[in-house]
Amino acid sequence: MSAEFDITETLDVKGASCPMPVVKAKSAIDELSEGEVLEVLATDPGSMSDIDGWASGTGGIELVNQEEGDDVFKHYVRKTE
Amino acid sequence: MGTDTPDAPADDAPSRAELAARVDELEDALAEATSDDDGKKMSIIATKGTLDMAYPPLILASTAAAFGYEVTVFHTFWGLDILHEERSKNLKLSSVGNPNMPVPNAVAALPGMDRVTTKMMEKKIADNDTATIEELIETSLDMGVEFQACQMTIDLMDYDEDDFYDGVTTGVGAATALQDMADSDIQLLV
Repeated sequence: MSAEFDITETLDVKGASCPMPVVKAKSAIDELSEGEVLEVLATDPGSMSDIDGWASGTGGIELVNQEEGDDVFKHYVRKTE
Repeated sequence: MGTDTPDAPADDAPSRAELAARVDELEDALAEATSDDDGKKMSIIATKGTLDMAYPPLILASTAAAFGYEVTVFHTFWGLDILHEERSKNLKLSSVGNPNMPVPNAVAALPGMDRVTTKMMEKKIADNDTATIEELIETSLDMGVEFQACQMTIDLMDYDEDDFYDGVTTGVGAATALQDMADSDIQLLV
């Protein structure tokens, strides 16, 4: 989970609540190419579990890392195919 | 037994050619069955049109689309109001029949109380930055969710096909919904 990676694109969904962080992350990752990493910035506490669940339940993406900051939850999702 | 010749089967045993054909047939069936697993499907039947009950089908539909599911939501009876462009912006929350409401049912039944509780809920939705029903429908449509409006209830409610959001499928009935459910990995009635 702590492997080095470059962030290709950042999606700011601060303020948005369920289901929007996941739904917008899906649209954003569709724009990326294989191997690229999407950073998702969210304030929804449910996003920690939801982005994890989405990344493990969906083909072609993987969760690289998650960070729980004071106000912002950061998620890093890589496109794998 | 060293004299056995594999090319000379007993009378009732299948020939080598028959076995090879059967293997080909099974391999084709296997390939078809495995490829079907790639595309998961979800089918939701939405029957309710109150503000609170409009959310679950739309949240699950858009989320499943984000998981790559092929999603169909079949709207019938009051569920049609969710797809009705004008009525969807004006869905109400019932103040009676829900003991979790902050007012007793006897008070909640007074004229105008549904309007009060609806305003309260709309304010909470806005304060919490929760998506509106319209936003969820537009997002779901963009993500490829198929919304179907049940033809029998469109006629029953006296709605017009043009009343619904662009992209909503009309002219469908229970058999269409049943076929979708039979093909789906997840089926829900809301």
